[in-house]
Amino acid sequence: MSDLIGVITFPGSNGDHDALHAISNDIGAPARLVDYRETDLSPFAALIVPGGFSYGDYLRCGAIARFAPIVEPLREFAARGGPVLGICNGFQVLTEAHLLPGALLRNKTLRFHCHWTWLRIEQTDTAWTGGYTRGEIIRLPVAHGDGSYYADPETLARLEDTGRVVARYCTAEGEITDESNPNGSLNAIAGVANERGNVVGLMPHPERATDPLIGGDDGLRMLRSVLAFLPAGVTR
Amino acid sequence: MAIAAGAWREVALSDAEYERIVELLGREPTPVELGMFGAMWSEHCGYKHSRPHLKRLPTEAPWVLQGPGENAGAVDIGDGLAAVFKVESHNHPSAVEPYQGAATGVGGIVRDIFTMGARPIALLDALRFGPLDQPRNRYLFDNVVGGIGGYGNCLGIPTVGGEVFFDETFSANPLVNAMCVGIAPHDGIVRARASGIGNIIMLIGAETGRDGLHGATFASVEDPEGSHRGVIQVGNPFLEKLLLEACLELLQGDDVVAMQDLGAAGLTSSTVECASRGGVGVEIDVALVPRRETGMTPYEVMLSESQERMLLVVKPEGVERVQRVVEKWSLQAAAIGKITGDGMVRVRDGEQVVAEVPARFFTDECPTYLRPAAESPAIRAARERDLSGLPDVQPDQVPDVLLRLLRSPNIGSRRPVYERYDHTILTNTVVPPGAADAAVLRIKGTQRGIAVAIDCNSRYCYLDPELGAMHAVAEATRNVACVGGRPLAITNCLNFGNPEKPAGAYQLERAVTGMASACRALGIPVVSGNVSLYNETGEVAVMPTPMVGAVGVLDDVRRHVTQRWQSGQVVYLLGDGAPSLGGSEYLAVVHGLTAGRPPALDLDAERSLQETVRRGIEEGVIAAAHDCSAGGLAVMLAEMAIASGIGFVLLEEGEPAESGRLDVAWFGEAGSRIVVACAAENAGRLESLCAEAGIACRRLGRADGETIDLRRFGSVTVADARDAYESALLNLS
Repeated sequence: MSDLIGVITFPGSNGDHDALHAISNDIGAPARLVDYRETDLSPFAALIVPGGFSYGDYLRCGAIARFAPIVEPLREFAARGGPVLGICNGFQVLTEAHLLPGALLRNKTLRFHCHWTWLRIEQTDTAWTGGYTRGEIIRLPVAHGDGSYYADPETLARLEDTGRVVARYCTAEGEITDESNPNGSLNAIAGVANERGNVVGLMPHPERATDPLIGGDDGLRMLRSVLAFLPAGVTR
Repeated sequence: MAIAAGAWREVALSDAEYERIVELLGREPTPVELGMFGAMWSEHCGYKHSRPHLKRLPTEAPWVLQGPGENAGAVDIGDGLAAVFKVESHNHPSAVEPYQGAATGVGGIVRDIFTMGARPIALLDALRFGPLDQPRNRYLFDNVVGGIGGYGNCLGIPTVGGEVFFDETFSANPLVNAMCVGIAPHDGIVRARASGIGNIIMLIGAETGRDGLHGATFASVEDPEGSHRGVIQVGNPFLEKLLLEACLELLQGDDVVAMQDLGAAGLTSSTVECASRGGVGVEIDVALVPRRETGMTPYEVMLSESQERMLLVVKPEGVERVQRVVEKWSLQAAAIGKITGDGMVRVRDGEQVVAEVPARFFTDECPTYLRPAAESPAIRAARERDLSGLPDVQPDQVPDVLLRLLRSPNIGSRRPVYERYDHTILTNTVVPPGAADAAVLRIKGTQRGIAVAIDCNSRYCYLDPELGAMHAVAEATRNVACVGGRPLAITNCLNFGNPEKPAGAYQLERAVTGMASACRALGIPVVSGNVSLYNETGEVAVMPTPMVGAVGVLDDVRRHVTQRWQSGQVVYLLGDGAPSLGGSEYLAVVHGLTAGRPPALDLDAERSLQETVRRGIEEGVIAAAHDCSAGGLAVMLAEMAIASGIGFVLLEEGEPAESGRLDVAWFGEAGSRIVVACAAENAGRLESLCAEAGIACRRLGRADGETIDLRRFGSVTVADARDAYESALLNLS
């Protein structure tokens, strides 16, 4: 079985090289970029849909990318339980492809925001958060214009009731306040998971928090979590 | 087709220039040729008022790999790598359509960098607007910042630094200067020199439309609002991202011999410059140029400034590979001509030749002018104004004045600007915007880092352009030294008013003189740059702004510092530059004056100060540093306290002398001063480092507590200082 992690490059992806570098350099796992036209995903143990502006995002963010050739195989990969992480634009793509519920709306300020933010890990029983402890406060950067998480009341209730909210924006002390919610997300949601917990999407960037030199390394454990999640012996 | 009488004036050529063209050609130009001359002989492309001055700038040093004359300059940063960088203006378009004007400014400077074979890793921007109490200035500010972010964020290049300044003279003529830095291996640097007779000229990227016709020409006349309507280009950062990746992949092969981006004057300038640099001729057929719209004339195709296009010179056997790579990136490529040996720029429209001119006529024969220069009497009077009669601040007023200055849009936090830029992408940002005087980026795969800063005090340059330009070079390089970087070279963007008027000519001439002398004294070459003249509307010219972008290297990127001090550290003022109220922010905020002589600058002392601070950082002696600039000493201490969340306690020995003016001591400005902090056990080493270098080293106090405690001058809590500082641009944009 493979232990290769794939990072999907759509036209306009710009976080693909950062994700690749974080995995291959910072956690030392095998990884390569996957072109959006590739349809055989069998070489991969896990897939990351990175940040960026797929197809320019001139329409709704991620709305065009979901029609790319790779998305149908990605859906099958996820259905088989393969771990998938959508970061920022990747999260948007996953919601547009209905691999995750809800949608990402324009930030409440109507502006792009880039800064470091505190997050409270709410669910560790997923492919990508197993390395954290529940309730732990971590720090990651955000950089987005459309990151306000929205779901209809029924979906939102289901997400909350079934523990599928993976992380929330919070203060350094872990409190959920209006000020600590940078984009106006419902319930301060920064990331969610699918029912099985193998597909996770989040707006903040774990791949940009991989070294104290560049501001922090709390993102490393998210990327390492998936290695532990993969069947024993798969990763070395 | 004959040229109608006076038609040359429509492309901003003078009667004498037109006569010279007829003389050179031995005939009247065709309409296409006239349009091409108009663009190439514009100030924007031909530098006809600035070229005689630019020759005076030092451009060489052992570490310079590429000086001016290419798309960007390049310096050696060690490990076989080069930093490739340049700053460019997009002032006139931004005055009319601020979002697209600024966005395409970013697009243009980024193309200049990857055209050289370098991967862009950082953007900086320097901005000038009128006061924000006027709605139109707020609109311009908001949209320029939006446009820079919109383009840079989408491209995935972090915007890590910059500066912004507000003054009434920028209301009709805002300035938008964008700088890009890229990294390339030495042997990966590509020059835009066409060579190889028979090689194929290919155009890749966007289709050509009617947008931006005559942009270069109209960037070279006054009054952007009046002249620029209908010539604004629209940016497509998504396309540029594809173009960037395609071009860098194409340059991996040896079959692409030259690459030139299509910026100002589009196909005209790119073909002319490529041919002229390579000493060859080019022949292209406009009928082969892929178009966005039907019915375009050869004239329009040659002068279109449609964005996101690139010209390649390719060996015939490489054409197929180019097609393949370009298609992989969902772009198109068209072979539109070839390199010839006759030195001519020949443009066909199918069978018909519509232009045929020796390339050098467009470049070498471009006239240059040295206009009569004379200082504006009003500015001289402002500089010579006696400030000694102004009432001094009283000791108990110091805290209030400090808070007023922290709230000034020219001093307060730039967070509302830089948080709209992605500054964490590419995961190289070690010192982010707002944390120090310069940004620091790591260079992956090495221990090294680069430090980048951009700076110019427009007010100093207005009051004394020669001294002001010296300050710009000194401050930009000092900023680099303040994070631990060794300054290597600068790029400049000369933003001035109308050079045809004596006052404008004077400012340009003096500023270049000052820049040249500072560069020589500090051992810093100018490796690239751009000139933007005619930033003038009616009788109002912008404050002259010779913007300086500096790049330095850190051999060990971990050995950097920011403005953040730690509790218990000792705080020193290094350097003995004499503070002055002349041209200070204090004078503008408190007395409403732009007056006085800017602070004097001793360049030898400056060089020694920069080197000493850099050494102190490298040795781990200096733990925090901040260039003491606009706002003076009190503002610097407050900024460091705000950045750290830790207060400051003034020592008795740190108090200003009883005899002098308090406003000068606390809020006066000077060059060659840096506030530093060091651990108590390193204080002796710091003092001896300074003594060895002959640098004044005055102990001011220590970092501690939650207030900025200035003893008999009162105190301000760090929280209040932060509120004032953070409010400066909030709700204004």
